[in-house]
Amino acid sequence: MADAAKKLPNIVINEKFCKGCSICVDFCPTDVLEMKGTCVAVKNLEACTRCQLCDLRCPDFAIQVFG
Amino acid sequence: MSVPAEKKEKVSVPFDYNKYLRPNKLPHIWCPGCGHGIVLKAMLRAIDKTGFDKNDICVISGIGCSSRTPGYVDFNTMHTLHGRALSFATGVKFANPKLKVIVVTGDGDALAIGGNHFIHTCRRNIDLTVLVFTNATYGMTGGQYSPTTPMGSQATTSRYGSIEPPFDACEMAKASGASFVARGTAYHTLELEKTIHEAIMHKGTSVVDIIDACPTYFGRANKFKSATHMMEVIEKDNTVNVKQADKLPPEKLEGKFLRGVLHKIEKPEYCEQYESIVMEKAKAK
Ligand SMILES: Cc1ncc(C[n+]2csc(CCOP(=O)(O)OP(=O)(O)O)c2C)c(N)n1
Ligand code: SF4
Ligand code: SF4
Ligand code: SF4
Repeated sequence: MADAAKKLPNIVINEKFCKGCSICVDFCPTDVLEMKGTCVAVKNLEACTRCQLCDLRCPDFAIQVFG
Repeated sequence: MSVPAEKKEKVSVPFDYNKYLRPNKLPHIWCPGCGHGIVLKAMLRAIDKTGFDKNDICVISGIGCSSRTPGYVDFNTMHTLHGRALSFATGVKFANPKLKVIVVTGDGDALAIGGNHFIHTCRRNIDLTVLVFTNATYGMTGGQYSPTTPMGSQATTSRYGSIEPPFDACEMAKASGASFVARGTAYHTLELEKTIHEAIMHKGTSVVDIIDACPTYFGRANKFKSATHMMEVIEKDNTVNVKQADKLPPEKLEGKFLRGVLHKIEKPEYCEQYESIVMEKAKAK
């Protein structure tokens, strides 16, 4: 099979809703996320396993993983 | 084909919370890291799983940070009086037994000022789902100790550590007659979703005690580093799923709260009992 480029997930962050609690960053099993000031940001998308734990534990409807 | 099929790439389809939210009311007022938001999300996923129409659901609360929940969700909703959510809910359910009534209440709301309503609701076994957001403090009014604050904990009203033994909401619900009693935490959010779903589907009073965190008051007063730290210590390390509890030696269970469904029995339900009397008397006429 041709080595198709690995399809990466799309992590959508709502910056207006994120309150910077860092729960998603702390519990991400593969260290994909980081805090940038008071808002979460994606640091290493390749490592994302699409486990959705960040979304499940975000209290603020501020992060979701698509694709 | 002899060649094994290529493993399908996992695709993530997140839950569409907007279906059940009032977008113009968001973002919510809860503090950064407040567990109430995590519990709200588990509640919405559980409701979605039931398949009930939005119009067949009524979410009712008292007063407190947790009790702000009905303001954010697109069901029939009522934000009532401190401690009295269960009285309003009893009225709504009694007037329209077809509604699925879900009560959202803080541990102060449910067990302190609303304690009497709590025990008598359970005693009647009226078909309500009662979600107690147990953050061991009065969040809304500035971090006073509540009926679930552990002994020795700091609060604005216990500067030398609380000297009051706490209530166990599950033991209280069971002793008062509730036919479904369970516990969950915000940390174990998928397990919580399942538990809330089971609670809604159960006929009778279903109480779910949900341990979550108030980082602003309980957290700061008790020297927790962050919301994450609270979730790890209070929700993850200090609880055990009831199914694993049998396998653990007693010393591993000491001081820990059990999660999962703790009590589930069949028992006559209040509205049905009333309905049967009405029918009987109508026939006799
Ligand atoms: C009759 C009455 N007494 C007292 C108050 C003040 N009051 C508002 S919320 C609250 C306690 C809230 O604590 P809890 O129910 O545990 O909810 P939380 O804010 O922690 O989610 C109190 C005492 C009130 N609003 N009404
Ligand atoms: S989906 Fe899982 S792996 Fe990906 S960012 Fe979220 S928590 Fe991390
Ligand atoms: S959990 Fe939610 S609110 Fe907290 S930092 Fe992550 S995205 Fe922001
Ligand atoms: S005061 Fe506590 S309970 Fe209230 S919103 Fe803030 S963190 Fe949540």
